[in-house]
Amino acid sequence: MLERIRVRLRHLSGTDIALWLISVVLVVLIVVGSYRSLTSGRYTVRQWMDFVIFGLAQGGVYALIALGYTMVYGVLQMINFAHSEVFMSGPFTAYFVANALDKAGYFDSHPIISLAIVFVVAMTVSMFVAVVLEMLAYRPLRGSPRLVPLITAIGASFFLQYTFRGLYGSGVKAYPDIAMLHGTWNIAGLNIQKTLVVVFIAAILLLVGLYTFVQKTKVGMGIRSVAEDQQAAALMGVDVDRMISMTFAVGGAGAGAAGVLYALIFKQVHFFMGFVPGIKAFTAAVLGGIGNIPGAMLGGLFLGVFESLGPSLFLEGLGVPASYQLKDAIAFTMLVLVLIFRPTGILGERIAKRA
Amino acid sequence: MGALDIINVTKRFGGLVAVNDVTIIVEPQTIHSIIGPNGAGKTTLFNCITGFYRADEGEIIFDGEPIQYLPPDEIARMGIARTYQNIRLFSNLTVLENVLVGMHSHLHSWFIEPILGLASYKREEAEAREEAMRLLEFVELEDKAFFLSKNLPYGEQRRLEIARALALKPKVLLLDEPTAGMNPRETEETMALIRRLRDERGITIVLIEHDMKVVMNISDVISVLDYGQKIAEGTPLEIRTNPRVIEAYLGRGAAMGLSEAA
Amino acid sequence: MRGFPWRETIRAGLLGSVVALHVSLVGMVEAFSRREIVKDVVTLGQLLLLLVVLSAGYWAASKASKRNKVYGLLAGLIVGVIIGLVLAALALSIKPLHMRQVFANASRGLTRVLLFNKKGLAGVATLLAVMGGGGLVAGLLEILPSRVRRPLLYALTAALTLGLLRDIFAVILPRSISRFFYTSSGLTVKGAVVLVVAWALYFTASEMWGQRVRSSLEALPPSQQKTLRWGSYLVALIILLILPPLLGERGGYVFEVLDIVGIYIVMGLGLNIVVGFAGLLDLGYVAFFAIGAYTMAVLTTPELPAVRQYIPPLDFWEALPFALLASLLSGIILGVPVLKTRGDYLAIITLGFGEIIRLLVISDALKPILGGAQGITGVARPHLLGWAAKTPQDFFYFILVAIAIGFFISVRLKDSRLGRAWKAIREDEDVAIAMGIDHVATKLTAFATGATLAGLSGAIFSSKLFSIAPHSFNILISIYVLSLLIVGGIGSLPGVVVGAFALVGLPELLREFAEYRMLVYGAALVVMMIYRPEGLWPETLHVAEYKHHTSSTTEATTASAGAGK
Repeated sequence: MLERIRVRLRHLSGTDIALWLISVVLVVLIVVGSYRSLTSGRYTVRQWMDFVIFGLAQGGVYALIALGYTMVYGVLQMINFAHSEVFMSGPFTAYFVANALDKAGYFDSHPIISLAIVFVVAMTVSMFVAVVLEMLAYRPLRGSPRLVPLITAIGASFFLQYTFRGLYGSGVKAYPDIAMLHGTWNIAGLNIQKTLVVVFIAAILLLVGLYTFVQKTKVGMGIRSVAEDQQAAALMGVDVDRMISMTFAVGGAGAGAAGVLYALIFKQVHFFMGFVPGIKAFTAAVLGGIGNIPGAMLGGLFLGVFESLGPSLFLEGLGVPASYQLKDAIAFTMLVLVLIFRPTGILGERIAKRA
Repeated sequence: MGALDIINVTKRFGGLVAVNDVTIIVEPQTIHSIIGPNGAGKTTLFNCITGFYRADEGEIIFDGEPIQYLPPDEIARMGIARTYQNIRLFSNLTVLENVLVGMHSHLHSWFIEPILGLASYKREEAEAREEAMRLLEFVELEDKAFFLSKNLPYGEQRRLEIARALALKPKVLLLDEPTAGMNPRETEETMALIRRLRDERGITIVLIEHDMKVVMNISDVISVLDYGQKIAEGTPLEIRTNPRVIEAYLGRGAAMGLSEAA
Repeated sequence: MRGFPWRETIRAGLLGSVVALHVSLVGMVEAFSRREIVKDVVTLGQLLLLLVVLSAGYWAASKASKRNKVYGLLAGLIVGVIIGLVLAALALSIKPLHMRQVFANASRGLTRVLLFNKKGLAGVATLLAVMGGGGLVAGLLEILPSRVRRPLLYALTAALTLGLLRDIFAVILPRSISRFFYTSSGLTVKGAVVLVVAWALYFTASEMWGQRVRSSLEALPPSQQKTLRWGSYLVALIILLILPPLLGERGGYVFEVLDIVGIYIVMGLGLNIVVGFAGLLDLGYVAFFAIGAYTMAVLTTPELPAVRQYIPPLDFWEALPFALLASLLSGIILGVPVLKTRGDYLAIITLGFGEIIRLLVISDALKPILGGAQGITGVARPHLLGWAAKTPQDFFYFILVAIAIGFFISVRLKDSRLGRAWKAIREDEDVAIAMGIDHVATKLTAFATGATLAGLSGAIFSSKLFSIAPHSFNILISIYVLSLLIVGGIGSLPGVVVGAFALVGLPELLREFAEYRMLVYGAALVVMMIYRPEGLWPETLHVAEYKHHTSSTTEATTASAGAGK
């Protein structure tokens, strides 16, 4: 046993030591900050619960977006950098439908059906964008060295962003206020905002639904077979191109739905709204193990809560003023840390065998 | 104590034992072949020697030093070079540049010297180029020194890989299936080249090969692996007639190769 | 009509229509229409649509003319008409369908532009005629022999580019000349014709005699070639140096543009070392630019009392080494964590770093030392013997020096042991390590060098702007630099210059472009990756030349090596 430790110590490089130091410092900072924050009595238990609940709802949205990243990586081993724009295109387009419905009063008379229509429109648009994106930008580059599709994805991402900016304008569009979602529900003694509950439940339902689709249907099996081993799947008669398109479609549907949920929480959409949630969702996907769908879901929820609690929990405890500004910085830091220290994620990767 | 001592080396991947308690002593200035069916653990053993994998158990002694925990670049600097099963040249570099990279560990300039254009740097570079051209002449590729290595035909790429490995000035050279995909004439030439490496340059050669004619013809010693274990070792004559070896190869075309070479 | 490729033609027409619709609905057509290329003849907006028609028509014609030359013409025409019809439909339905409610740029202005400022049927007819005509021209171009087509296309492109760059040339050229060629916006008709003819003659001549000139140059002994080459560099340098006084007052705008292009060239050279030589895709490169800029600002500004408590304001030259040192160190610090990661993940991690730094810089938490969202004012200017740099022309010289430094470093390192180690890591890191290359030192040196160049350009940028704010340092800058490398050619030094002029210079000159800059960049990245991943001026272009020189160069190498002993 001692021999093992001595052996491991012998081949620690300078890099490893540096990285270990960084992680120790970070852990200490987090623990100290959290302790001071919790004992300072600045926030009540209720308020902490509020943070957690908000984090869960947010996390559900991230999980839905993460689905697209993780599935595409599982199948093509590439980061679909433009997935953030797939996420944006749905709700941004559906805004006009929502607006029209609102003006006509349908949100008041038939809120559920109206919301359903908005969802359908958003999901369809996102799916369309995702599938076309794959056909035009990624398919010609299949088999290229890894950096090439990434650069293409970056280009496609900005192209889509600014296309939608040109189409719909650079301003922020406010989603209609839905009366039905005003106020709170009393669940287990806590007063929780209706919007957050709806978002969370919808996210979970959609996640479960999409996961079931991937696990139980024939198409889903086709997707999984291509994710597992493209060559073998092709030899078994699976239409690889079609399955890849379906993968993008499923990811797109999730992202489009996530977009509407995001709009329900934050009440606005604009052409740049995809960038930051996209990166966070990618973090969630890696956190849970890239290619691993349940992992993406858990990663999303974890990240949502961590990001929501973070500023008040440890940043304030460390005496950082205006800590809420650094919410995104926490998410990005988590991204960096996960990719450096545990790129295989918590639940482990599921990536295809390289051809 | 040989040039390279592989002692009780074991390498596992999860539940799979790729190399199982293998001991091979490679004597200096010999051509030592490692053969065995596909999946027997030969390339994995090479990867352990070069430091690309870390052996789970056992020792690897080179030049009197244990190297099993050293990083690959240090092992290379100590004098072990290799070629690869599926050729891994630096595709977008020229032939000459490929060889020059091989000489990296014997050159000394870094950042300041090229920036300042010091005379010592220019001299070092000129000598390096000369030496690289000599290596290219040795493998008969000097005409194509400025071609992109990815534009070379297959056989020449293999020769380039050897030239690049030689640029390291290795004491031990690991060749992973050097004659794969070659026609008989090219195979003959490669065999002659390998012999020259041992005889003229005193390099110890460890060879993974599937072509039994080659193995039987040029090896001084043959070790046979099967399912990660060494099942036989000896001279070509001994191996040819070893029943365990024949059994391991039973039903494969190589069995015919064995009897042909006999 | 037997063998006429209806499917391809219609598909080309439909694809072209989609592009034309896209370009119209995002507002590019209308915005570009404000700039005339040839006065009262063609605007940039119309040119854009014609380009779509020409490309689609050319493609269809190339399929059709295989059978029959006339089919080629016909295919082009049909494509043009299809696109024209779709655009007409768009133009006519904008008002009745209230498209403006959804599509912000589907305005009456767009209708007017599409219908060539005519009403109703007259407009539609004009549109169809122009588009159809464009398609016909595309077909014509396709069936022309390439000896004729190439000079014609190049000449048109050259003339149109000169028309686009009216703002520069009308100012630079002496009054009489510029009045002949240019009007208040765009070229005069006479000027355009003269230009097209002149360029056509030039390109035809270069087609016919270019090869001969090139061979006779190559036949010269290497020492003479070297003299010629260095001579031409010297001439170019002299021109650059006397340019500011030559243009005098009128040149202010030109040098504003050149300064920005120059700053991006320095950054491009730095990123070229990281991405082009060493193959490390750094998406957070702007962080080093920001660190250089902010170090210069923080150390030299009279503001920021929290800092001034400990350090008095330094001047430019005192602060510069610190700025460079800060970037160098951050290059190493940000490089250490990513030493073990590869490819995609490396890119995303560096992106994360860039964003973290931006968020820290803009935060209130660090406002006392970094100025927060308002930024910092009062950055020092470089000075020499009492004279301080003020105008863009002044900074031009400093930027030239920075570019020279960047080039010098890149050229010297490219063929050195370090440069080879970088390229080896780029090609196959595992094998590079097996060759004895210390990947830690090699990668960190790449990051450090790239970061220092970014820091240099950042320090100059910050000084030139006199005041900086965090919003100038966002991820888009990293993408700009990456894009110019990709378009110019990764790893190629001339490519950096080409990319910078194309992607940074052009948008600065064509302000209409500015809103659509990222759209074009994004499309450019995708298109380049699919059709020309090696860039417009590839690195390996030089290697093709090597192929011709193999025998002579080998002799030269052995000769010089013998002499060096």
